[in-house]
Amino acid sequence: MPTRIQKEARPDTMLLNMGPSHPAMHGTIRIMLELDGERILNSEVEVGYLHRGFEKTCEHRTYFNLLPYTDRLNYVSPLINNLGYVMTVEKMLGVVVPERAQHIRVLMSELSRISDHLTCLAAMAMECGAFTVFLYKMKAREFIWDVIEQTTGARMTTSYIRIGGVRADLHTDFDVVLKKAVAETRGVLKDVHGLLDKNKIFLNRTRDVAVMSPEDAVAYGWTGPCLRSTGVLYDVRKAFPYLIYDRLNWDVPLGERGDNFDRYLVRMREMEQSLRIVEQAAARIPKTSPALTAGGIEPSAAIRDSRRRRVREAVALSPNLEGSEEYRYPDILASDKGYVVPPKEETYTSIEGLINHFKFFMRGHGIRPPKGDVYFAVEGGNGELGFYIVSDGTDRPYRLHLRAPCFHIVAALEQLIRGRYVADVIPTFGSMNMIGGELDR
Amino acid sequence: MGVTEKHMSRDKKKRPPAGQFITTQFNSLLGWARKFSLFHYPFVTACCGMEYMSAACAHFDIDRFGAGWTRFSPRQSDMLLVVGTITHKEAPVLRTVYEQMTEPKWVVAFGTCAVSGGIYDNYAVVQGIDRIIPVDIYIPGCPPRPETVLDGLLKLQEKIQHQDQDWRWKKRTY
Ligand code: SF4
Repeated sequence: MPTRIQKEARPDTMLLNMGPSHPAMHGTIRIMLELDGERILNSEVEVGYLHRGFEKTCEHRTYFNLLPYTDRLNYVSPLINNLGYVMTVEKMLGVVVPERAQHIRVLMSELSRISDHLTCLAAMAMECGAFTVFLYKMKAREFIWDVIEQTTGARMTTSYIRIGGVRADLHTDFDVVLKKAVAETRGVLKDVHGLLDKNKIFLNRTRDVAVMSPEDAVAYGWTGPCLRSTGVLYDVRKAFPYLIYDRLNWDVPLGERGDNFDRYLVRMREMEQSLRIVEQAAARIPKTSPALTAGGIEPSAAIRDSRRRRVREAVALSPNLEGSEEYRYPDILASDKGYVVPPKEETYTSIEGLINHFKFFMRGHGIRPPKGDVYFAVEGGNGELGFYIVSDGTDRPYRLHLRAPCFHIVAALEQLIRGRYVADVIPTFGSMNMIGGELDR
Repeated sequence: MGVTEKHMSRDKKKRPPAGQFITTQFNSLLGWARKFSLFHYPFVTACCGMEYMSAACAHFDIDRFGAGWTRFSPRQSDMLLVVGTITHKEAPVLRTVYEQMTEPKWVVAFGTCAVSGGIYDNYAVVQGIDRIIPVDIYIPGCPPRPETVLDGLLKLQEKIQHQDQDWRWKKRTY
């Protein structure tokens, strides 16, 4: 079936197809270009190559079980997606999250933001030919991911932020690893500034290319670093502060012209601000209860004993559950019994614990928010990441909609590349940070 | 230092003992050559691509195992890495890319989505790429850690080494 551009193209022009698997681009998106020589007269962007049925699938999962699907939306910053979804549900339920958990959430989402910006700029630079920058940024990202892995147990798909708090407390060595990651990232940012800021090739391809006016940006629904690059001050963390962002000291970097270079620069500066936030949050984080001395009886022995008597000794959990022992629960999870997974120690050793656990996961039970709908947004890597959930009082959402920031940004691609050269598509597309999982859902 | 240099120069003059040769079969020689010169084409669609990047970059460095050269054109590559979810909309594209590759070619299913559809058991996702193209190695994980990827690569190399190789003037028995 002919597409719009095939029908409308002038007979003397050439149609060129970029994507969905193109050597000079990343992600799965198809751009049809109508070319007059090197000039782009018109274009048509086709999305949907990564439509995985996220929203429909969520209607069949319980509120607790659909968390892993949110990891895979913007897969470069999964923790922010977790946060957005979880805070939406919390808003519906009215859960109060402990202070320490709030600090951990801020720490983790800022680290995620850094990894998101690093990846976006790395890909953009690589496609412009700056392969060194790509390698440097990937190096920094590995150090950030070391912190994330140590805390959450996974590198990417973490499912760490849970309804009511976080899954596990920070590791005892957290400060050491964090310090290293921050220092390494700072170094890499400095190197990258040195490599790109005055680089003639990079400037030629980005300066004054694909300029977006603030009015158009707002009209398209742009948010995040792309909107701020045009000079509009809108950051969900400042406009509608959540968690502890209003208590920390940080700035919102703004661009002036709204071209590719500004989008690059705003992202770079934002990473510096994120590092500032991370350091402050790490310094202010409330102290936890003292670490339990290692040991305790084996779960299997505890289960055996629990048939005869009430087990009062500490139960050694498997290393996978490190950080989520029962005595840490007050620090990291809300006290509401119905919204959080009961501690494993109780599940293993007492009949009430087992029943609680069973009821939490049983079909038709578990988390059941009141009837109604709710919208909540957090500042994602690309902008305002909003979740809209309609609840009909059962244990699964009646409808879940995601406001994906990069959907609105990619919508403006056709306008931005009109009249430009073919080569300008690459940095323009790169600076938008198109993430398939979020765009196509 | 002087002594060593003298020693070395004397060594250099020594001629190699006669008869330094190895015996092998052409098949395994070809397998040996092929397994260490895998040019790969990453067909990156989704989240697993992030781990592919990690595996390819400095920390894990897939280059150590002879698969460092990423070619972004199917016509220049031997190994197709299918990284990420393949939806029904994407499937014809993947098939085309596979058919554009020249022989000999190997396919790696990278991540649970490519292996079996993964957590997306729904209307949109192809339940495993082996429904559309033949697969040589399955690397599980959602996403697989870079170590798993490297392990998968080693397994593929082993497979290539022991495979019946194809070459132009080979006598066909069929
Ligand atoms: S296997 Fe998991 S991480 Fe990989 S593409 Fe599928 S959902 Fe994403």
